[in-house]
Order: sequence, then C-alpha cells, then structure tokens
Amino acid sequence: MPFIPHSEHDISKMLSTIGVTSIDDLFDEIPDNLRCGNLDKIPQGLNEMEVTRLMRERAAQDGLPLCFLGAGAYEHHIPAAVWEITTRGEFYSAYTPYQAEASQGTLQLLYEYQSMMASLMAMDVSNASLYDGASALAEAVLMSVRANKKSKSRKILMPRSINPVYRSVTEAIVKNQAIELIDVSYDSATGQTDLTALQQFAGEDFAALVIPQPNFFGVIENVDALTAWATESKMLSVAVVNPMAMALLKPPGEWADEGVDIVCGEGQPLGVPLASGGPYFGFMCCKQQHVRQMPGRIIGRTTDLDGKEGFTLTLQAREQHIRRSKATSNICTNQGLLVTAATIYMSLLGPEGLKKVALNSHKNTQLLLNRLTEIKGVSAVFKASTFHECVVQVETDAKLLIEQLAKEHHILGGFDLSVDYAELGNALLICATETRTREDIERFATTLEKILDN
Amino acid sequence: MLIFEQSHTGRASNAQLPADNDALSSLPADALRTTKPNLPEASEMQVVRHFTRLSQKNFSIDTHFYPLGSCTMKYNPRACNTLASLPEFTGRHPLGPSLHGQGFLKCMYELQGMLKEVTGMQAVSLCPAAGAQGEFAGVAMIKAYHDNRNDTQRCEILVPDAAHGTNPASAVMCGYKVREIPTGKNGDVDIDALKAAVGPQTAGIMLTNPSTLGVFDRKIKEIAGIVHEAGGLLYYDGANLNAILGKVRPGDMGFDVIHMNLHKTFSTPHGGGGPGAGPVGVSKRLKPYMPVPIVGKKDQQYVLLDENDCPQSIGRMSAFAGNAGVLLRAYIYARMLGREGMPRVADFATLNANYLLKRLMAVGYDAAYPERRATHEFILTLKKQAKELGVTAMDVAKRLLDYDFHAPTTYFPLLIPECLLIEPTETEAKETLDGFIDTMAKILVEAEGDAQLLKQAPYTLPVRRLDDVKAVKQLDVVWKKTEVKQ
Ligand SMILES: Cc1ncc(COP(=O)(O)O)c(C=O)c1O
Repeated sequence: MPFIPHSEHDISKMLSTIGVTSIDDLFDEIPDNLRCGNLDKIPQGLNEMEVTRLMRERAAQDGLPLCFLGAGAYEHHIPAAVWEITTRGEFYSAYTPYQAEASQGTLQLLYEYQSMMASLMAMDVSNASLYDGASALAEAVLMSVRANKKSKSRKILMPRSINPVYRSVTEAIVKNQAIELIDVSYDSATGQTDLTALQQFAGEDFAALVIPQPNFFGVIENVDALTAWATESKMLSVAVVNPMAMALLKPPGEWADEGVDIVCGEGQPLGVPLASGGPYFGFMCCKQQHVRQMPGRIIGRTTDLDGKEGFTLTLQAREQHIRRSKATSNICTNQGLLVTAATIYMSLLGPEGLKKVALNSHKNTQLLLNRLTEIKGVSAVFKASTFHECVVQVETDAKLLIEQLAKEHHILGGFDLSVDYAELGNALLICATETRTREDIERFATTLEKILDN
Repeated sequence: MLIFEQSHTGRASNAQLPADNDALSSLPADALRTTKPNLPEASEMQVVRHFTRLSQKNFSIDTHFYPLGSCTMKYNPRACNTLASLPEFTGRHPLGPSLHGQGFLKCMYELQGMLKEVTGMQAVSLCPAAGAQGEFAGVAMIKAYHDNRNDTQRCEILVPDAAHGTNPASAVMCGYKVREIPTGKNGDVDIDALKAAVGPQTAGIMLTNPSTLGVFDRKIKEIAGIVHEAGGLLYYDGANLNAILGKVRPGDMGFDVIHMNLHKTFSTPHGGGGPGAGPVGVSKRLKPYMPVPIVGKKDQQYVLLDENDCPQSIGRMSAFAGNAGVLLRAYIYARMLGREGMPRVADFATLNANYLLKRLMAVGYDAAYPERRATHEFILTLKKQAKELGVTAMDVAKRLLDYDFHAPTTYFPLLIPECLLIEPTETEAKETLDGFIDTMAKILVEAEGDAQLLKQAPYTLPVRRLDDVKAVKQLDVVWKKTEVKQ
C-alpha cells in the first residue's frame, strides 16, 4: 500500500487492542446513509515509475520558450545551493514553528530574513511573509485603514500605474469591508503617477496613498514627492516595490523626509522560480509604530531559562489563533519555504551581488529597448527612466503579435497592455533580466523585424 | 551565530556574481540607493554550512514523529517534489500562453476533477493559497450569493466554539459578524443552541466535520436542515478531510462550499510555515461566484478561465493562479494514491488514532470524549494532572521533545482545558506509535515523581524554554548594525 507501513500482523494486533474486528468498524459513528461508494471517476493509482513517465511527458509538452515577459514575475538566475538546502527535509517537512525549542532552525532563519528584508527596505520591522505580492497589497490596505489614527476614511488612493491585477486582487479582498479604491491617473508622457492629478484630491480625507516603485510600466516613480504629499495630506503611504530593484534604487524607508509607513510586494525575484505563478511570497515591512497592526507571523529574539539567546514567534496577540474574530488578519499558513529560499538567495548574492543583478537587468532592458526601437514600427512609449521593464508600441495587433512570437518562434515577447490600458494602443510591456544575453536580444529583435516586415 | 556575524566586508560568493555589463544606465542619480543594505558578505560555502546547520536544529517529518493535531503531518513523498521541479514546470512564466502550458494545465484540470469527485462538490477552483484564503473565498461566495438575491439582511456567520481561529477571522474579513455556537457535552454541536441562533440574519455556518474535537458530528444532516431552512448556507472547513477521504463526502453531507488543505490531506510539505493550497469546492448554486482563474477546456485546449468567462466571480485571490507548484505536488500524490488509495488514507489514519487513544487511556491519560470513537485525531485532557500534580499540557509537550518526539497541538481547541490534540496520520508504523506510548507512560511516571522535572523541560534541545514575555516586551525582530555608506 503506497505510503502506508502496516503489515497484516500489525493490523490485526491493533484492531484487537482497540476491540473491533475490522477497520470499517471504526467508522461506525458515521450514519450509513452518508457513506459514499467507490470513487470511480478517479483513476487507479500509479507507482513512482509510472507517474514519473507521465509527468515527464506533460513537462515536455510545455517546452521552455525564450522569455522577455515580466509583468510581476521575473526570471532570474537561482544559485544551485538555494533549493538544494531549501528542500532539505528539516526545512521542507517541518510545520509552523509552534514548538520553538524544536524549531530553532526555521526561527533563526526567519529572524535573519526579517533583518535582511527590513534593511533592504530601510524599514524598522518585517513580518515573516504573506501569500503573494497582490494579496500583500490587500493586507497593507487593510492595515493602513486600521493604523491611520488621524483619519476615519475607508478610501485609498490607488495609482493606475499599479499592476492592474494587484488592484483587482485588492478590490476582491477589501470590498466586503466597505473599503473603496480611488484611481489616480498617470502622466501619458512620462508614465509616472500624475502629481497634478493628485492635487484634485487635496483636502479630502483618505486612509492611504499607494506608491509603486517601479510601477507596472517599469517606470521609476517620483517617490519623494508622492510620499511627501501623502504625509502632508495626513494619509499613510503604502509602497509596493520590487525587492530586487531596492538593491539599486532608493529604498522606501528613505523616501521624502520620514520614509513610508508600510512597504509590501512580491518576493519572487529573490530566488523563487517562475513555476506558473506560485508558490511565491508576499513581504511586508513597516515603521515600528505600526507593528501591532501588522498581519502575519513575526519572529523575535529572546533568551531561554539559562539566559541563552533563542528565537520564538512573537506578538501573537495580533493573530487569529489568539484573537479570532478580532485578529489583524485571517492568515495562518504562510509561504515559509519560499522565505527560506529567499534568505539563502540574499545571503549568497550579498549586497554587491544583488545590486549587480538589479543593474544588469536594468541595462539589458535598456539594450533591448534601444535595439527594438531601431525597428520600423516599434517605438518607446514613456519618457521617464525605467528599471527592468519598459513599454513599446508596435504598429500591428499586439495580441496577435505575441501569439505569433510564442507559437512560431518560441519567444515570450512581452505582456499585451491593450486590455488594461486601451489608451496606449498596441503596447507591449517587455523585460530583460540579467539572464538574457545580447544574442537573446538579437534573436528577439530580428524575429520581430521579420514579422513586422511582412 | 547569526549569518550577519559571519559577514566580512569585501567577501562574496563569487560564482554567483553576474559578469560586468558595459551597457549604460539611464537612472537619475536622485533615484539611486546610497546606503548599503545589511546583507551578509560571505562565501558560498559559509552560506551553505550556516543554513545546513540551521536546518539541523529543526524537528520535521523526515526526522521525527510529528503528531501535531489538525495539521496532518504525514510523509511528503519525495517523488512529488522531484517531478514538480522538472525544469519545464519551474521555468514556466505564469503569463505565458496556454500553448506553452498544456501539460501543466492538464494536470490542474484533472486535479479539479479528482477533488470534485472525492468531495462530492459540483465544481472546484484551485486558486486560494491556503486554508484561510479558501475560507475567505468561500464566505465571500456566500455573501455574493445572498447579495445577488438582494437578501442583504443576512449579516451573521455562525461558528462553533471549537472552530479554528481562521474561521471567525475569515468571516470578519468578509464583513460579517460572528456568533459562536456552543458544543454539546458529547462533542457534537449543541442543536438547541443552533436552533435558537439561526434566523433571517443568518448568512451561514462554518463547520469542521470531523470537528477539531476529533469526533464526527453525527447530526450533520439535521444541522444542514436547520441552517438551510433558515436560508443560510453551510461552509465546510476541510482541514480534517484526511479522516474521511473516500468514506463520506462533504457534498453528500449537505455542504454548499468547502475548502481543502492540500498541504494536509494531499501531503504537500508545510515548509516550516507554508506554502499551502486551499482549493474551494462548491455546490451548483455557488458555482457562478467561484474565484478565478479556473482551468477550463475550450476547443480541446486547456485554458485559464477569467473574469470574462465568469462575470459573477468574487474575483482573484492572488496575482496569478494560486500556489501552482503546491497544486502540482498534490496532483502527483493523488495520482499515486488513485481511487483505491484515497479511502485507505482514512482507514489507516483512523486505525492509528484509535489504537493510540486506546493505549494512552490504558497507561493513565484521560480522553476528552472517552465514550466517542476517535476519528483521525483525538484529544487528551490533563485537567486532572494539572490539578493534582501541577503538571500542564505544555509541560508534557515540552518533555516529549526531550524524548525526540514532536509535541501534539496544545491548548487548541480552546474549550477543552489542558488539552493535547494528537494526530498520528496513516504513514506512521505501529512501532513508532508504541514508542510514543511508552514515552507518554514514562512522562506520566515522571510527573507523579518529580513535577519540577517536567516544568523545566526540555533539556536536550538547542535552547531551553524561551521567555515569550520578554520577546514581546523587549521586541527584537530585526538585527541591526550601524549603517555603512557605500
Ligand atoms: C481546523 C483548521 N481550519 C483551518 C485552518 C487554516 O488553514 P491554513 O493554515 O491552511 O490557512 C487550519 C490549519 O491550521 C485548521 O487546522
């Protein structure tokens, strides 16, 4: 029997100890009319060799196209050591560290993670993860409503330059608590959140302003001005950032005079494979004064009976298992294993390595943009600087172009913006991380040239 | 020692640094970072050694018996990890065309089908990231259903007092008030209290069956009748599905919406806290509201159905399609079990639990519900030992660690004083259970002889009991060093 160790002898001894004659007797409290029959629609079991063959066939069907697609998930090189260690059984098959003495490995790692993340963001504190970047933004919005003591507003200013799927996830999660998201437009020339458009909200009461860096177009936002405006307007500032970019760009704790209140985002760039969109992890950092409003697990350093240093779950009075309906969030299981990978990744890359990955990704995207805009029928859309993604317009149907690139040339040629941003026409969001070579870029460019020529 | 304390300025894992790129940067100076983040500067071997050593300070299923009740700590087959890590699966971009994902999507489509069959629900959406997010999605669907019928007076969700903390927390996130329903003496829901609580304000009830008390609620059909009669819907918390897999189906019990914890019943790893996967299954009337994306089939191709295909959907729970890699592991596990393996899970989980309960009672422990059959888990109460010997459930839990057993769940459910919730799972062998029983017996003898011994435990782990009060009062959650200018 797969994964069941019992011999016939074990079974009969156990049944006689219990005092029943068959295993089925153990289900005698379940009313007979509720028992189900055989699960005929489920296939018969496979052994490991058979399932290996099946999965290899399925994987082969999917192939590995050349990727210039980002839009919230990024292909970076992951050092071999990251997942070798992460999948050690002691990390892989442990539960949430409820018994601190028997979980010091996970707990110390999480404390180190919190320290790295807080420093990367230049913030006071970090939690130990949320589900993903989009749901982390939803949690940050809920947190900002709780934490803003100067305002009773349940309205949030949300730039249109934020990843549109982050907006829709946030909407789905916060709308039942009567929280409203108000759009802020972007400047069509720069692609940055429009500071003059923001002025129309001056004097109105909002709980928070959300500030992306870089924004969905890859554009570097004027974060100092946005943060200052939020503080002046007595709202909290919530940054949504790419953690890789923060090795290179000014971190949210240093925006304007006092930094932002809450930072969140998608941790995937830090050592987590693309893997069809998950599991990734959401991260969240905040100022010390807001820590009791933070959702999710937090690890603290303390001492044991002998005065020796150790680590434990702390501030648990915020959480559902203690506070139930009054908890800061319903989250219980989080994304611990992904944080394990990210901590090892950041340790291997170090401050210099992380900065170099960010810089090379930025430069490769610059090369890609320069090369593609040499092609007739391809032009850059926004003037402002970008991190490692940018928007180009093509003189053809963007959706069909992407399909053709994928189907005939095995190239993922970017993200079609025409659905979420119809005003941009046939626009593509493209990305080249440090993993793309000049040859890769040339292959994309010449293929595009040929297609547009026809 | 922390990784930061092993850091040396100027040291790096050199093989991990990308080559210099001489292309130009267009970034404006005022956008750049000027302070260096406190990340370790260490060699690759230092990093590997540090984290390998940390891992050795953990208990895990691969190294220890881990009878943590309600968490279903069963063996996580290695094949599931190996096969889900094939490069085409880990390398697939979530926004790549379905053309480059037919293999992956076919697995997801079939997983939806298998989960539908084993739960008796009409449709399944895989996207919630864990149980709690499944609860949120499920209650949000209940709300969408009532709202869509203009039945807006329903502002209350009923939750038994034995429920997991995520249940009331999820209901509140959906904008509901929570009303607690007491448990009767025998561990089943108090039917009279339920009858008194339902009314036109009832949106639904969230139930776990078997409950977190380790017993199957025999009156489930009656409960379903009472709630449905009042116009409310029934939510099934699937955390305990391991107990009834292939035996009874939530759909047949009358539930309208359920979540499953694939990281429990379908054996995907817990990873020291996560990730999980909390797919939701629904009855016919909630189908239009399911969270997206859902895997569908169009013109013989597998595709992700979105808001356009499901206009009444409650929306998206995460940026992409949920914890795909976890779902893939669960799919592989389900294929290895097959139709004959699924009921076997319930059979042997239940056999192990009942054997353990019987023998622990024989060595002197008190069951919370001695007259009831255990399901896949059961509760001991140390009320007597606490009163007579001053030894608590926590003391026994900590002492178990000294004997190389992970502790059961302690102090949950809240309504049973000094409780240990014990779940052995089907993958443990009889001799492991026997070893655990012998140790529990020994601990009881120790408690009677020298309670102080237990109150100070553990002694043999990397640290002794930690000062949780200090951890809160002198909050230290981030290691700091003075910032260095770059
Ligand atoms: C009974 C019960 N319900 C709900 C949950 C929440 O599930 P998750 O941790 O996957 O969010 C758990 C898990 O801890 C549980 O045991």
